Amino acid sequence: MGHNNLELLTQIVIPELGKTLYMVAFSTLLSTIFGFGLAILLVITDENGLSPNKLFYQALDTIINIVRSFPFIILIVALIPFTRLIVGTSIGSNAAIVPLVIAGSSFITRIIESSLKEVDNGLIEAAKSFGASNFQIIFKIMIVEAIPSIVSGITFAIILLLGATAMAGAVGAGGLGTVALTYGYQVFNDTIMYGTVIILIIIVQVIQTTGNILYRKLS
Amino acid sequence: MIKITNLSKSFGELKVLDDINLNIKSGDIYGLIGQSGAGKSTLLRCINGLETYDSGTLKVENLEVKDYEGKEIRKFRKDIGMIFQHFSLMERKTAYQNIALPLECWGYKNDEIDRRVRELLNLVGIEEKIDVKPRCLSGGQKQRVAIARALALKPKMLLCDEATSALDPRTMKSILSLLREINEKLDITIVVVTHQMPVIKQVCNKVAVLDKGEIVVKGEVGEVFLNQPDVLRKLLGEEDNNELPCEGVNVRITYSREEVGSALLARMARSLDLDFSLVWGKLEKYREDTLGSIVINIDQKNESILFNYLNDINLNWEVMENGP
Repeated sequence: MGHNNLELLTQIVIPELGKTLYMVAFSTLLSTIFGFGLAILLVITDENGLSPNKLFYQALDTIINIVRSFPFIILIVALIPFTRLIVGTSIGSNAAIVPLVIAGSSFITRIIESSLKEVDNGLIEAAKSFGASNFQIIFKIMIVEAIPSIVSGITFAIILLLGATAMAGAVGAGGLGTVALTYGYQVFNDTIMYGTVIILIIIVQVIQTTGNILYRKLS
Repeated sequence: MIKITNLSKSFGELKVLDDINLNIKSGDIYGLIGQSGAGKSTLLRCINGLETYDSGTLKVENLEVKDYEGKEIRKFRKDIGMIFQHFSLMERKTAYQNIALPLECWGYKNDEIDRRVRELLNLVGIEEKIDVKPRCLSGGQKQRVAIARALALKPKMLLCDEATSALDPRTMKSILSLLREINEKLDITIVVVTHQMPVIKQVCNKVAVLDKGEIVVKGEVGEVFLNQPDVLRKLLGEEDNNELPCEGVNVRITYSREEVGSALLARMARSLDLDFSLVWGKLEKYREDTLGSIVINIDQKNESILFNYLNDINLNWEVMENGP
């Protein structure tokens, strides 16, 4: 039995671990790209921003709030038609990336927005006083100053996305979530379930420690 | 250089600047002093267009600041450096990189940037801190980096917004002498906003006192202090007459440098042949000038003799309220 379980661990858990890492990596990458763009738009159009636009800000702000108010598992289901349109299917790792990116982007947007808003207003004023353009203020000053705080925010987001992939496992995304659910919850195979949990704990530790080291190096 | 006429600005109902008229000449170190909320920082920010104004005109070198748009305002600001109370440096960049920032933004070549930054570090006297980040610098050193950054684009003017308010008195003094050096050596006009009287005394040649958005008094520093208007006294925290005697008449006399060394009191005692007591006194330095201020107490019945004498010898004087 013990031998059997070990085989199960290497044959099932390892490939599914790959899927999980694939989903987390891809959705983090895309969410960060979208998050950066949206956060910059929010910061610029904010009422104290470089080019205030109340209507635009409020529209974007509301959309992000709506997305964020969906429980993730509901968001997956609600997005099924959209996911089919983009990926062609609603099952599998690639399909799961769609809701992961949408939830992840809204989250990372907020993280980057608040990091950028933390940049000392005096510094922005100083930049204006020597004639820096809005583009330079954002890319040469605000983002550069906010990098450590953005990095620690993204670390946080990666761990959240890891948890979300497990939830996506419940609706056919594959990955460690699926393994834990099918073997742990439905078959009551403790070895597989706790093995999966331990792997998840290790992944979280690695992500958090890397994030902390980066934060310290950058600030 | 800067000509402000009938300038007003409101935030909603609140009038922050009320009919400001000011003329700042090239080479001046002009002080704007007032309590917090008096509108002095807002006025300063109107000069380089960081704040807008509702009515009136503000001309820098004969051009209306309000009329600049887009890229023009950026070019205009190149000529006006600014430093701040909390230094406003990039925490993640070294002194060198901070000073280089304006030059990078304006597309200077690397070797030019390098030359200019080293020159500026030398000017502000922190060459050895070239690769140090702000967090490892003292307040005074940070402000020196900020001054170097503000001078990077060779401006004609430097605006200082409470630039010494976060510094201890000794560091404040050294930063102020640096500002004077910059004013004299580089011929840069400086506008200083502060609530600290010593700043005005040490560096300014002219001063305007702001109270609730209005200029209540302005002029040459020596003159303004000599005439000691009420607002200034309030700012100095000297309106307190608790220590003054409650009997007799208290007379404040202010006098300038020439009179400081002229045995004023002794001569007065001899000519008047009256008894009076010295109840308060102070000597103060304004740039190179020294001004004295004393309060004497005299019997009510002799007051007219004293007043006539003071008028005869042409001194500034006024009757003070008695102590409680």
